[in-house]
Amino acid sequence: MIKEGTRPTKTLSVILNGQKRVTEIQSNETLLDVLRNKFQIKSVKAACWVGDCGICTVLLDEKPVKSCLVLAQETMNCTITTVEGITHNDKLTELQDAFIRHGAVQCGYCTGAFLILGHYIINQQQRFTFSEIQEMINGIICRCTGYLQIIESILEVNEKQFR
Amino acid sequence: MNNYVGKSVARKDAKEKVSGLAEYAVDIDYIPNLLSGKFLTSPIAHARIVSIDTTEAEKIPGVVAIVTGKDWPVKIGLYAGDRDILAVEKVVWIGQPVVALAAESEIIAEKALSLIKVEYQSLEPIFDPKKAMESKDILVHEKMVEYNHSPAFNPIPGTNIANHFKLRKGDIEDGFNKADEIFENEFSMPQVSHAYLEPIVSIGHYRKDGSIEVWSSAQSPFTVRYLLGITFATPTSNITVHSPFLGGGFGGKAGLNFEPLAVLLSRKARNRPVKLMLTREENFRSAPIRVGMVASIKTGVTKQGKITAQQIKYIWDSGACADYAVNVGRAAGYVSIGPYDIENIKSDSYTVYTNKPYATAFRGFGHLELHWVIERQNEIITKKLGIDPVAFRKLNTLKPGTGITGNQHRLREDAGSIDECLDKVWIDLSPKKDKIKSFDPWIFRGIGIAGFMKGPAQPPNSASSAYVKFNEDGSALVSVGTSEMGQGTLTSLAQIAADELGLPFEKIKIRGDRDTDRDAYTWQTVGSRSLFMDGNAVKNACINAKEQIFETVSQVLRVPKSDLTIKNELVFPRGEPWKHLSLSEVVMGYMYPSGESIGGPVIGHGTYMAKMTILDANTGAGNPAIFETFGAQGVEIELNALTGEITILKLVSAFDIGKVINPQLCEGQVIGGSVMALSIATSEKLQYSDKGDLLNPSFVDYIISRSGDIPKEFITHFVENPQEDGPHGARGIGELTMIGVPAALGNAISDAIGVEIFDLPITSEKIWSEIQKQKPTLISNLKQKMMEGI
Ligand code: FES
Ligand code: FES
Repeated sequence: MIKEGTRPTKTLSVILNGQKRVTEIQSNETLLDVLRNKFQIKSVKAACWVGDCGICTVLLDEKPVKSCLVLAQETMNCTITTVEGITHNDKLTELQDAFIRHGAVQCGYCTGAFLILGHYIINQQQRFTFSEIQEMINGIICRCTGYLQIIESILEVNEKQFR
Repeated sequence: MNNYVGKSVARKDAKEKVSGLAEYAVDIDYIPNLLSGKFLTSPIAHARIVSIDTTEAEKIPGVVAIVTGKDWPVKIGLYAGDRDILAVEKVVWIGQPVVALAAESEIIAEKALSLIKVEYQSLEPIFDPKKAMESKDILVHEKMVEYNHSPAFNPIPGTNIANHFKLRKGDIEDGFNKADEIFENEFSMPQVSHAYLEPIVSIGHYRKDGSIEVWSSAQSPFTVRYLLGITFATPTSNITVHSPFLGGGFGGKAGLNFEPLAVLLSRKARNRPVKLMLTREENFRSAPIRVGMVASIKTGVTKQGKITAQQIKYIWDSGACADYAVNVGRAAGYVSIGPYDIENIKSDSYTVYTNKPYATAFRGFGHLELHWVIERQNEIITKKLGIDPVAFRKLNTLKPGTGITGNQHRLREDAGSIDECLDKVWIDLSPKKDKIKSFDPWIFRGIGIAGFMKGPAQPPNSASSAYVKFNEDGSALVSVGTSEMGQGTLTSLAQIAADELGLPFEKIKIRGDRDTDRDAYTWQTVGSRSLFMDGNAVKNACINAKEQIFETVSQVLRVPKSDLTIKNELVFPRGEPWKHLSLSEVVMGYMYPSGESIGGPVIGHGTYMAKMTILDANTGAGNPAIFETFGAQGVEIELNALTGEITILKLVSAFDIGKVINPQLCEGQVIGGSVMALSIATSEKLQYSDKGDLLNPSFVDYIISRSGDIPKEFITHFVENPQEDGPHGARGIGELTMIGVPAALGNAISDAIGVEIFDLPITSEKIWSEIQKQKPTLISNLKQKMMEGI
């Protein structure tokens, strides 16, 4: 949708999923809006727009953030990772594969957020317990799955790293 | 032969969803000339609209259209036309859309909205469903008598009662006379929110030629299309409804919601398409929710535990509109006594208007609520009589071949067994009966069980259809009308098709998005009906496609059609696989070496019609459902008496679903559904101020379960007593997974500490304060023990 164009705009340059991307933004635009509307990154969803649900989680300089709470202009020259950045052609990551095998996907609306957070957890190169993972993903809501299969998927891939 | 049915094949849409490709209505922004729609809502729960002044808003550059209720004063709704697209004469809840506009951007739309002035004249509101039921002077809908109602409903003009359903059997007084003990209690459950994560999104395009195209987060695109036709007085063939993947629905996106408003805006905006996307707060305030309930129950029982009489009154708080909730009251009315066989019944189920957000379908559809009443009451009875809870239930349960609507209509003899479900759950809970002594004296352990049943609540003429279209290489596309909102039915349907057609699963395509022009018809995606109804339609479509294939092959191979079979993509006479033709040689027509060709592209079609009847208006007797799924659920809990906190140690479920088509999908439903039910049972409640203003319209104040809140262990059993007219014997499961949880939890609390809870949700505060009320000395004793260092 067209946003009002009367405010002063700035040029935003980021490394989005490994590629340098540039766009014009307004000072009040959130990272969420810029990702979805300017860069057409549709895996990043929203359910509250005010920081309560975690559905808009992306990695900003390798750290998980709620993109609806981040002003786009603060991400100048930052690295941003979304599900689009971890999938290439037909090749799924181990975590994506685990989500499918465990049945961690129902409506799929939260899936991008949990995958990105799971990706972050696995990248810690640290071994976590079931309840630690349960605690780490507590900030994202899923209304469909009951969480169990999501936790199990992340746990399985995490454990594999130490086998 | 079953290669796929019964196996945990991966969801058809899984890859799309994990790679971020799945498209939801919220993602659609590529329609040319798309405008942003926004609406202004009523700040008053009940008021007459005196005037609406939009002059200032019209002056804002970029505002393309402004509409008010008077632009299209047609009442809309599924079973009762009681809802304005935009309030016409009066507003009936805080959050009701009053004025809407379409603008070049969301920011412009918001700015313009703030300039609209609406003058109201307040009317006395009514919020309490019990008072609303009695009220004759405060009426939410004075003109109810003028509304269109489906004939299955019984509104009472001059009251707030949108529907009264009666279930009657035997002689209630006689039943109470035969009883040794009589139990009377009241129970309640508040209105709750579906809290699906994808908010409601509707894009409407009213074209210059009068045709209408809609993209909507709708669970029931065909019903949306049909009702849009009525709303805009245009043939159904003029309308196309697309529903992409849904980010959850749970009933909240059934029926007709914001689609007419989006279309109306587009019509006024000189035929430019308009996208309405609700914010979370708007979704809480303006979109439909779950009914609230208050119930009073009086049960007569013999010393031996036989129920002799059941008298119940349910009041369903439907909020300001009841176009869908009249059917919640009806469905909960005909199952109002639960899965039991009782001689004497007097049950009344009233759907009542109040000045609060309006209710619609929600997973469990009145049955979660009614089983909260019945199964809590049963716990109280068994405790008093000193009978084992499962033995008591089994003495009274419906047996295969007995009936529904108070045993006034016989179930099929292959309808499934609740007793087996109760036993399975109890075995997993009861070894713990000798409660493990906790180290801390203020920690109490308890177990609780609840039995239940539910079938799809749909009109008797509800239908499904399917088609199977073959491609050149022998692969096939299956089309159905069921929407994909997470439940995974489409995958199960593809499994059924693959087995029926002898095709590898990968060669069956079933799209996740729905398009009413392209796809086969189904009534709605609700009530756990899809696997049964669409499953039968898919099976019939495959049989029809095979007929066409066999017709051609029998000519080529010169064998009777009835001898032929398909396996591994080859068609051959049974027992002689070497005499085969491959599917790809036949499905586009067969060409002889001479070039002469027979047959043609294969498209198989199939339908399935519900087998039901309209229920008797005075007794409720009749056949209300194509199946009833029976089940039981139980929990084992640990309760901290000093804080009221509960930990769910174990959640055990058993369902007689006839046949498990996909174990992993079924288990996913059970875990997801029971966690949702626990969330509702322990924390969810829409709270209102005394003016009817919703106080918790956000995920911070409206608390739903997070990953840290789930039970420590899930145990799930599927009982498979096949129902012969189901696809492979299967019955539905989606909603069933929630139904027993609240009552099982309440019963476990009673078992643990002897405190009875009557009202949901069971928050820690509630448990704590009930302990204070019902066991006043307990806590001081515990504190004393604590001081003494025991
Ligand atoms: S959309 Fe960002 S936290 Fe909900
Ligand atoms: S899968 Fe639907 S919200 Fe998580």
